[in-house]
Amino acid sequence: MYRSQVLICGGTGCTSSGSMDIKKALEDELKKRGIDKEVEVIRTGCFGLCALGPVVIIYPEGAFYSRVKVEDIPELVEEHLIKGRILKRLVYHESIEQDRVKSLDEVGFYKKQMRVALKNCGVIDPENIDEYLAFDGYKALEKVLTTMKPEEVISQIKKSGLRGRGGGGFPTGLKWELTAKPVADQKYVVCNADEGDPGAFMDRSILEGDPNCVLEAMEIAGYAIGATKGFIYIRAEYPIAVKRLSIAINQAKEYGLLGKNILGTGFEFDIEIRLGAGAFVCGEETALMNSIEGKRGMPRPKPPFPANSGLWGKPTLINNVETYANITKIILNGADWFANIGTEKSKGTKVFALGGKITNTGLVEIPMGTTLREIIYDIGGGIPNNKKFKAVQTGGPSGGCIPAELIDIPIDYDSLISIGSMMGSGGMIVLDEDNCMVDVARFYLDFIKDESCGKCTPCRVGTKRMLEILEKITRGQGTMDDLDKLETLAKEIKASSLCGLGQTAPNPVLSTLKYFRDEYIAHIVDKKCPAGVCKALLQYKIDDEKCRKCGLCARSCPVSAIEGKVKEKFTVNQDKCIKCGTCMTKCPFKAIDKK
Amino acid sequence: MSNAENRLNDFDPNDSKGQEVKKFIQEHKNIKGGLIPVLHKIQDVYGYLPKETLNTVSDSMNIPLTEIYGVASFYSYFSLTPKGKHVIRVCLGTACYVKNSQAIIDEIGRELGITVGQTTSDGKFTLEATRCLGACGLSPVMMIDDKVFGRLVKDDVPKILSEFN
Ligand SMILES: Cc1cc2nc3c(=O)[nH]c(=O)nc-3n(C[C@H](O)[C@H](O)[C@H](O)COP(=O)(O)O)c2cc1C
Ligand code: FES
Repeated sequence: MYRSQVLICGGTGCTSSGSMDIKKALEDELKKRGIDKEVEVIRTGCFGLCALGPVVIIYPEGAFYSRVKVEDIPELVEEHLIKGRILKRLVYHESIEQDRVKSLDEVGFYKKQMRVALKNCGVIDPENIDEYLAFDGYKALEKVLTTMKPEEVISQIKKSGLRGRGGGGFPTGLKWELTAKPVADQKYVVCNADEGDPGAFMDRSILEGDPNCVLEAMEIAGYAIGATKGFIYIRAEYPIAVKRLSIAINQAKEYGLLGKNILGTGFEFDIEIRLGAGAFVCGEETALMNSIEGKRGMPRPKPPFPANSGLWGKPTLINNVETYANITKIILNGADWFANIGTEKSKGTKVFALGGKITNTGLVEIPMGTTLREIIYDIGGGIPNNKKFKAVQTGGPSGGCIPAELIDIPIDYDSLISIGSMMGSGGMIVLDEDNCMVDVARFYLDFIKDESCGKCTPCRVGTKRMLEILEKITRGQGTMDDLDKLETLAKEIKASSLCGLGQTAPNPVLSTLKYFRDEYIAHIVDKKCPAGVCKALLQYKIDDEKCRKCGLCARSCPVSAIEGKVKEKFTVNQDKCIKCGTCMTKCPFKAIDKK
Repeated sequence: MSNAENRLNDFDPNDSKGQEVKKFIQEHKNIKGGLIPVLHKIQDVYGYLPKETLNTVSDSMNIPLTEIYGVASFYSYFSLTPKGKHVIRVCLGTACYVKNSQAIIDEIGRELGITVGQTTSDGKFTLEATRCLGACGLSPVMMIDDKVFGRLVKDDVPKILSEFN
């Protein structure tokens, strides 16, 4: 038995801010102090609060240390692990109250969260199947294989009300039933881990923090629909997740939990990993299947649906990572338990990746129906630097922007669609007054234009035309007619594209036009970018009143565009200025403005 | 010996990289959808997809070269040309973009005298823009080779680049 346990976050965020160096330094220090047999060091998946990484939690006290550095380790060991005193200097300030360490559930960031899909993330060592087993791992599979018929499994999933977490929100139980129906010599179970929405990292964190729960769920799905082979299609940009999945697959095989004759029941299931290669459209299910088959990842017309004709023409069940991560909990806790969480039509919880202009960037899991306000202010800690909250983008390139006025909207599938956005896979990007909505729309269209696979004309050509118009507007050359053109094009592209990529591509433009039309008009009519983003519409100017004529701006300008003499006067030569903003950040007197 | 086997023998027995690729092709030529894993391996080993190697893949896996090029050019992860010694990938994913990662790209470009997609004339750096490295909590983010740099500000750039000189 260990007297203390130190959990170190090994998610991508914390790893890139050096958490593995901290782990090594800690292990060395413990050895040096001769207490390495008393203190256990565990590398876990993501704790969620990436903004404060690298994060270290020490139990039994549950002290939450943030932004830990290698240099802090000797002091941390001395104070906390030897003398038994919390090192206040490093403890996350919100987690301590008059010398008392609050439990994590009391901290603002965690209080309103509910961890179902992320249950084991940040709790167990993802590279050690024994830890997963100690937390009820593979119990759901055992229950299914030994006490339930495939139809019973499907009816439980249906009853739970679980809907797909990959974006579409299709009822999961129904999809399983449709794939169970056809008779075929071979069926497949696929896990969609392509996570293409830039700014989203929920699936990655689940796979990095608890890979076994996805494997277990895929096996359960295989049993339910009658498949013996599974594929996980994962982005090549996720090396840590790929590595942990491979480790989990090997360990599960070793333990007889995957492969032939699983748990001695005669059930057989095998899982193979396939890497994506940097194409957003491959997140779309039919394109993904083409990619697994070794082809260009272009979508296929539907019908036929994958349930009837998927991989190599065989019935195929495809679900998202987070969808799978809910399955074992539904089986173990019961469909009613799950159906009691959330709203009438959106059951359970949803994981979001909070990013952009928000204090607590990171990963959060909330019951469906939580309001946007609770997410942004109670959990997310609000907008940093006293800036004004402007909008939230959800649903990535297929979604839309929710303006500040609608902050009390409950987050569920139907509410989001009703206001022109969508749940999407869970990316949630917060925008403040310094973000230009026309530029955000342009950003997504630029993304879509790059990622359109080129198979159908409306998407290939139409999105390019829309992008050109948006670029024209951000350059200050747009006309009011352009707004009508954008709307017409959007309608046509939505109606006539082959796959979901094109069908949803105009959404970011439509929703910004709906809620932020005045910003478009400011670009077109007044030739101004109110947020100060669109470079062609900006001029940097020196305010003579505030300027102390020190010349720092002129010296730091990379293109020597600031002219003048110390103690006399400085001006910005607009012909030379490249609008990089260096002068503005360098000026100690805030005498430079952009307008 | 079949023609396919013959082509695999083109790999120089003394070239360890070539042998690694050869072994991988042998293991994957009969599995369904084995082409993309093979291309990943080649890209891993050489840093890009050399033409001669793709010829060998075509013969040994019995896939027309046109189809291989079709696949290789479809996916942005694969490159048909060699890259610089260090590859800089600045994230232009949404979370990073809204925190002005474009300014980081501009700064690196200015510092190295190249634009996105180019390699410096001494072959040291290639500058790329990428969409989301999954470290959005640390935005803006860039990666040089395998190392991730987060919470960047423009002024960090010269110092970081000098680490790789
Ligand atoms: C352009 C496009 C991109 C998509 N990207 C993803 C993705 O990255 N991850 C994902 O799980 N689903 C993605 N989907 C949705 C899938 O097509 C599919 O609906 C989903 O994997 C089904 O799983 P679910 O029912 O569990 O959500 C995408 C769809 C479209 C149209
Ligand atoms: S958007 Fe840059 S790392 Fe995700």
